Amino acid sequence: MPLLEVDSLTVEYWTRRGIIRAVDNVSFALDKGEMLGLVGESGSGKSTLGHSLVRLLPTQGSIVGGRIRIGGKDVVGYSEEEMRSIRGEKIAFVFQDPMTSLNPVKKIGEHLVELIQTHKPNVSREEALRFAEAALDDVGISTERINDYPHQFSGGMRQRIMIALAIALNPDIVIADEPTTALDVIVQAKVMDLLKDLCGAHGMALILITHDISVVLERCKKVIVMYAGNFVECADSVSLHNDPKHPYTQGLLRTVPNIELADQRLESITGSPPDLLDLPSGCRFWPRCPQAMKVCHMKGPSMVELENGCCVRCFLYGGLEQ
Amino acid sequence: MLSLWGFGAVSVIVDVEHLKKYFPVQKSFFEKLFTRTSSYVKAVDDVSFSINEGEVFTLAGESGCGKTTTGMILAMLMNPSGGKILFDGTEIAGLKSEELRLLRRRIQIVFQDPYASLNPRMRIGEAVGHPLEIHGLATGVDKRNRVLEILEKVGLTPPERFIDLYPHELSGGQRQRVAIARSIILRPEFIVADEPVSMLDVSIRTVLIDLMMELRKEFGLTYLFITHDLAVAKYISDRIAIMYLGKIVETGDKEEVFSNPLHPYTKALLSAVPVPDPERKRETVELKGEVPSAIQVPPGCRFHPRCPYAFAKCSEVEPQLIEIEENHCAACHLVKG
Amino acid sequence: MVILGSGIVLSIVVMTLIAPWISPYNPSALNVGPIRSPPSPQFPLGTNHLGQDMLSRVLCGGSIMLQVSVLSVLLCLAIGVPIGLISSYVGGAVDKIFSLITDSIYAFPGLVLAITIAAMLGRGAVNMAISIAVVYIPSYFRIVRSHVLTIKELQYTVAARAIGAKWYTILFRYILPNVVPSILSVVTVNFADATLTAAGLTFVGLGVTKDIPDWGWDLTDGRVLLPSGAWWVITFPGIMIILLALGFTLMGEGLSELLNPRLEQ
Repeated sequence: MPLLEVDSLTVEYWTRRGIIRAVDNVSFALDKGEMLGLVGESGSGKSTLGHSLVRLLPTQGSIVGGRIRIGGKDVVGYSEEEMRSIRGEKIAFVFQDPMTSLNPVKKIGEHLVELIQTHKPNVSREEALRFAEAALDDVGISTERINDYPHQFSGGMRQRIMIALAIALNPDIVIADEPTTALDVIVQAKVMDLLKDLCGAHGMALILITHDISVVLERCKKVIVMYAGNFVECADSVSLHNDPKHPYTQGLLRTVPNIELADQRLESITGSPPDLLDLPSGCRFWPRCPQAMKVCHMKGPSMVELENGCCVRCFLYGGLEQ
Repeated sequence: MLSLWGFGAVSVIVDVEHLKKYFPVQKSFFEKLFTRTSSYVKAVDDVSFSINEGEVFTLAGESGCGKTTTGMILAMLMNPSGGKILFDGTEIAGLKSEELRLLRRRIQIVFQDPYASLNPRMRIGEAVGHPLEIHGLATGVDKRNRVLEILEKVGLTPPERFIDLYPHELSGGQRQRVAIARSIILRPEFIVADEPVSMLDVSIRTVLIDLMMELRKEFGLTYLFITHDLAVAKYISDRIAIMYLGKIVETGDKEEVFSNPLHPYTKALLSAVPVPDPERKRETVELKGEVPSAIQVPPGCRFHPRCPYAFAKCSEVEPQLIEIEENHCAACHLVKG
Repeated sequence: MVILGSGIVLSIVVMTLIAPWISPYNPSALNVGPIRSPPSPQFPLGTNHLGQDMLSRVLCGGSIMLQVSVLSVLLCLAIGVPIGLISSYVGGAVDKIFSLITDSIYAFPGLVLAITIAAMLGRGAVNMAISIAVVYIPSYFRIVRSHVLTIKELQYTVAARAIGAKWYTILFRYILPNVVPSILSVVTVNFADATLTAAGLTFVGLGVTKDIPDWGWDLTDGRVLLPSGAWWVITFPGIMIILLALGFTLMGEGLSELLNPRLEQ
């Protein structure tokens, strides 16, 4: 049984201009130890999806359909109490900005101890401290610094502290929302190495949410490409890289500079992502698609499963019969 | 327009010699009373390089290396603590305000943050046209026409639609185009581009960079391109300098530096860049520790505490930037000789 | 909230403006009716100890208060904002000096300071406005200064320098427009506070002379008359003062709510 199963999930936001469907009917599964990369531009809904998995949507957002099964149990209907008990223990979230996500007046040891004691009230302070030290050790921060404050750490180390907070209780699933965007390239590599090691050592499954396709292709086994609230392609990274199916994926791969290639020709995708309040009819990508057909203007394609286990949402690969 | 690199004499448009920028560290009241010495953040510490007319010269490095400070000084937004900067033969540090204003028509800057570099209360047309107003180059209908023309050039079409919008009505990529428009409306010769695409989605970076390269061809521009993204640097540079903790550790033609990095830091940096290929085997150069503070700079070679190849001399003597191969310099004891 | 607040303020303004035409009696005329008579059909709000009609006094009494508020706000804007802008933009010794001066003024409790200054200047609407302005200028200075210090470092201000803008252009076209929303909030609070302070000054006898109808005077008189049971003299003007202050406050609160979400966007 997969660790995480998302089934037809739909998330909407209420705004003054209307209701935005940020995530539209998405489904996927995650197994133990898997590293999944969720790739998309700003506004594609990937961050919303990540937040909805831990039910940390802002007040204007709500899950309006679908199921999220963690360890077989559907958490969409869970109360805040029930969610609190599984956050951290079953599923954890690493926030995007390490600069502002830590409490500046609390020592980092306190951050960890408070987390641990909230979930395991019977644990004594000494034991909680030992847990905290183990977590810091896991992320490569010297345990001597357990009494330091966040501002005494660099950006890269703060991100590691965030990861320590996420893994302290040994969750099965960790969701990392743009964990390396604010970091320099060497630190970024170290943080990604760390995440990979933790997946291996603890058997954790990781969902990496980012707009940086290079990082995803380099590190993740499975990739899901998201566009305007829909999943447009799911594949293992090798297949996605060697033979991208969806025109959007193909376009994306052409925009990314590869430092190991000489004389690369890069191309951009014409146009820009649609306004979610004013979506094009039919396939959401057709206005920008070099291979758009007549049917694309009229109907929205559904996910088609291909022989090698990959899925793609495009009439070029089927779905016309319906 | 002359064809420039490799074909006969190239003219140097910017010449930086021994540039220094030290920021004094704020002392508390008691520290002021009881200590004599001040400590400084040596953001830029004796940096020299030159930029040829028409080329894209990249200054690359991680945060805190001094590249942005260097850019700000070259764009005349900060005064250096020492050293000389020559633009087309004229010394630009310490100019009087009138001369400075004239020079601003020739040197411009594009900032990193598309959300912060535009005045939220100024319409796009006003913001882009403001340089023309300031320098008394155009008013009224003439100004409006020039603004429309420039907006078209940067890809904001139809320009009539954009001219009256406010920044918050545009996307990040569009705002950055506006920033570029504002910087070229005076037809400058030299533009400092400080991480112009770092805050944009990876998929739209290419568009903006291609735009900047188009404009270079059309307007005969020279760029100082500042970035921490070496993949982008490889795509657009002609020559590149790698900075670490206020110093240049390696510089040279792009091809040379990327295919044959000499300095251990450059090697580490290049190996850490994510490569969009799942089947590539990664050979990383592991660096110990973190970038030290620019207040307490390590003795000798600044990089030695983290360098996997450091030996005795590295902690004693600071290596100079010397030419190792043609057009390829490095500052490292290991490489020299 | 803005609508409610401005509605209240506007009605009072209108009432005061048309008062001379609709007051049944001359508010200063003595003995138009029996002294200390309670509300009746002829004198709906009663009369005071001088036989003056309270309805007329209530209708006309807001005029001075409004004038003083407006004048003091204008003075504050004319003095406090430019000083704040220039001082914080220039920085250095100039800024330190002005900050010192304004902080010293700010340290005094407002009403006490206003009373002191009014006592020195003498009576009259203009002097009242001046004393209130002096008390309030530091608030404007501080708000403007804190915003300028932040905006000064923002990239769009640096960008303005980069295109060659002169300091006054930067100050007035780049910084000021972004400070205005916060100034607006202070303005409305200023109005509310000025109203109350004006009433207070008149109450202690430092406001306008007795012959001019003013709610503050009615408070003074009403206070004395209260023990004898003539509750109407202090009550109605008191309600008007509170209403006016409330109206301004609601406007201010509503405005900040309106402006802040947009800023956050």
